[in-house]
Amino acid sequence: MKGKKMATVINSELSPEQVRDSKIYTQWGLTEAEYNLIVTELKRLPNFTEAGIFSGMWSEHVSYKKSKPILRKFWSTNERVLQGPGEGAGILDIGDGQAVVFKAESHNHPSFVEPYEGAATGVGGILRDIFSMGAQPIAVLDSLRFGELDNAHTKHIVDGVIAGIAGYGNAIGIPTVGGEISFDAVYAGNPLVNVMAVGLIDQTAMQVGQAKGIGNSIIYVGAKTGRDGINGASFASAEFSTEQESDRSAVQVGDPFLEKLVMDATLKAVKDHSDIIVGIQDMGAAGLLSSSSEMAAKAGMGITLNLDLVPQRESHMTPYELMLSESQERMVLVVKHGEEQPIIDLFQEADLDAVIIGEVTDNSRYILEFEGNTVADVPINFLTHAPKQNLPMIAPKRLSEFSDAQYQPDMSQVEETIKALMAQSTIASKASLFKHFDAMVRADTVIKPGGDASLVRVRGTKKALAMTTDVNARYLYLNPHIGAKMAVAEAARNIVATGALPIGITDGLNFGSPDNPEVYYELDQSVAGINDMAKQFNTPIISGNVSLYNETDGQAIYPTPMIGMVGLLDDINQATTIAFKHAGDAIYLIGETTDSFNGSEIQKLQLGQISGQLFEFDDEAELASQSLVRKAIAQNLLASAHDLSEGGMVVGLLESSFAGNLSFDVITKQLDKYLFSETASRFIVSVPQTKVADFEHIAGKQATKIGSVTNESDVVIKTLTQTITLSREEIQTVYQESISWQLKG
Amino acid sequence: MKAAVISFPGSNCDFDMLYALQDFGIDAEIVSAKQNNLAGFDAIFLPGGFSYGDYLRTGAIARFSPIMSAVTQAANAGKLIVGVCNGFQILTEAGLLPGQLLGNATPGFICDEVALRIANGQTAFSNAYDVDETISIPIAHAEGNYFADEATLDKLEKNNQIIFRYVNNPNGSAHDIAGIMNEKGNVFGMMPHPERAVDSVLGNIDGQNFFKSMLSGILTKA
Repeated sequence: MKGKKMATVINSELSPEQVRDSKIYTQWGLTEAEYNLIVTELKRLPNFTEAGIFSGMWSEHVSYKKSKPILRKFWSTNERVLQGPGEGAGILDIGDGQAVVFKAESHNHPSFVEPYEGAATGVGGILRDIFSMGAQPIAVLDSLRFGELDNAHTKHIVDGVIAGIAGYGNAIGIPTVGGEISFDAVYAGNPLVNVMAVGLIDQTAMQVGQAKGIGNSIIYVGAKTGRDGINGASFASAEFSTEQESDRSAVQVGDPFLEKLVMDATLKAVKDHSDIIVGIQDMGAAGLLSSSSEMAAKAGMGITLNLDLVPQRESHMTPYELMLSESQERMVLVVKHGEEQPIIDLFQEADLDAVIIGEVTDNSRYILEFEGNTVADVPINFLTHAPKQNLPMIAPKRLSEFSDAQYQPDMSQVEETIKALMAQSTIASKASLFKHFDAMVRADTVIKPGGDASLVRVRGTKKALAMTTDVNARYLYLNPHIGAKMAVAEAARNIVATGALPIGITDGLNFGSPDNPEVYYELDQSVAGINDMAKQFNTPIISGNVSLYNETDGQAIYPTPMIGMVGLLDDINQATTIAFKHAGDAIYLIGETTDSFNGSEIQKLQLGQISGQLFEFDDEAELASQSLVRKAIAQNLLASAHDLSEGGMVVGLLESSFAGNLSFDVITKQLDKYLFSETASRFIVSVPQTKVADFEHIAGKQATKIGSVTNESDVVIKTLTQTITLSREEIQTVYQESISWQLKG
Repeated sequence: MKAAVISFPGSNCDFDMLYALQDFGIDAEIVSAKQNNLAGFDAIFLPGGFSYGDYLRTGAIARFSPIMSAVTQAANAGKLIVGVCNGFQILTEAGLLPGQLLGNATPGFICDEVALRIANGQTAFSNAYDVDETISIPIAHAEGNYFADEATLDKLEKNNQIIFRYVNNPNGSAHDIAGIMNEKGNVFGMMPHPERAVDSVLGNIDGQNFFKSMLSGILTKA
């Protein structure tokens, strides 16, 4: 492969001089300063292909050049961490030689332009991250944000995204076990589609994405390369504008059937041939380019690829297109030289392409050959390390302008307010959307969508894994630091409510443009808040994803750092759900309720927007409440446990009631407004009468008995001022049907 | 007694079925749809999934798999053949069961647990249930709307070939049909997933009697 002529022009592409003069690279997201740096380093003008590969590798989506100074602060090590950030996914030890593998990914931009394919390929991409580590995916969760359901365009996006997740996840046979969906006008032009996947692996089978060993073969596996998703990474690193037509060709097209074949074959290869497989990586953002260059760079090696050997779906593809295509369902394997045949046979047996397209070299260069010419020859470390950018940050002006006073809800018509609250899109049941996802395939799903966290058993053991996604972005809009702490705390409350111990975090950091110092400040403060709580819960951040430029026409989304958390339940028989179980069980409120209304659902309902200084969050109260619930479940004292979040205690009580088809009769001894307070660190639990004494003994003053579960058709709440009686059936209908009504309306 | 679970490319409930059979002590193994021989197997299970991606009509490609001629031979030889979900769709496409599964009346995939009534409790697939008993079994499909012409439906009714009916029809199926068998009584298909309802830890064991029925029937004879 040595001594080939360096090609300057391929077919009708621009010459290096034309690339320089036309500044076409700026359309691909490279700045002039970056271009000049490349010229200086190469000591010549980059050709069309080279300029293209730098634009892909130096895009924010691939390089994290803008977010890295902040991401580096994440705490990601403890006694369980087997693999932290930097690989396809993070890995935690769960004992017995097993490990859990998880990561989240965003597909926000593609889902706005082409909702079905955007969401579908989001599922496909994150699953490849999991099985490229050698792990069997066992569950998917979706964290979705849309505009309000009051316009046809948002409804179209919701329908497409739900159908896309269903179309891909159901077909590949990995259950969609949970997640959350909420709605706010700030997401109308920038919906968020974050997908988290969880996998299981024997620790002896762990794989990494590294290309070690001179002469080892680079094997291309899976689907052929086409012209879909060309330079999608750069597309994902730009803002939207209504003036400009969105770039539909930058969206990839998914084939879950093909991915199932790739997944099963890859896992079989790992199982049968771990001695000859050196590294595996999926082709995600920036496709073959980023997977191959990053694998070699991580191993301190170089790589040479012969692009004529790349399986191609379309004719006359150029090197630029081959390298920057984001065609789905493709993987790169590095296999020991001379021992490739069993791997190739295994994939071909599954009717998949498996082709040697290049080799690992010791020259630290990234070299591409095409039709007998060298079309790129650049230093690999330079290519894979975009120039860092230290961006300015400043506290958003609004933070200092917010009023100190907490909003005081209008309590003139409490019963009507409760009904209206239960119909709010963010509160109402999402079952009509989640029912499109197969939550039960693989027959391991213990707690299905609709609870606090989902629970998936580890077959053949007594263990189960709890998993959840969470963030209330309204809180972060009012205070990014405390809001981020509360997102981690709520995720942990969800995990704890099932009985599990929180063990780790993956994140999906969705923000506006980092070039706006106020947005950059939000990102910095959010990461600081996440770190703060993560350390207190001993839940390291082992993987994650950053999605910036979530802006349309200069309007940024709320800072939305999605927290994906996994918990470990040692004894599946302790699994606890939110549903009330028996009439007569005592109901307790764990935690204190205070004036916590700014950023709350009741403020949004009554004012149409949120404002004011965020209410306080007490770290120690949070830890104490969670510790009590875990202890009570471990001692088998609880019939149900449900964390309180959006909408406050009234919503929590009703959800436990609906889930169990039972009512309740409670006395709060507080003013009406506190039914809607969103003070953190609280749970509603129910306790069988025979266990009341034991529960009160361990709870002390942390829990307040507020009433009991009943068989009645009405639910009853006595406050300091009045008795509220509501027909459970009537309010449950509102809660269950509201989303369908809004989607149809 | 030996059972085969056929794995078509795109099958995704093959292992769920295998584990359920093994839970009941049945000697079962996965057999690739690329094989063409089922000699030595007494019962054959076609599992759920999206065979060959189901990009055409569900089950329409799978019926041409090499294994299907062996499945047909086994059916003719009186062996027990069971198709669940995509397996049911494949059996109708292959002509081993009458009728067709169309798109759900309200389009889209539905994952839920639905009530079924036992319409015939005297078959190899239902004898452990009481007739008219109501059970809850998971469904997960987008094309589960059973369709057949009137003459076929009359015949199914008259011969007691309908084994499970939906209590609240979720997909528009004619005569609320959730599961049927052939005239001979050895080939059976159903859209709901009994293999997802055998383990108490998952909160539903209403599928256990489906497997117990087969254990007490043909499966024990071998």
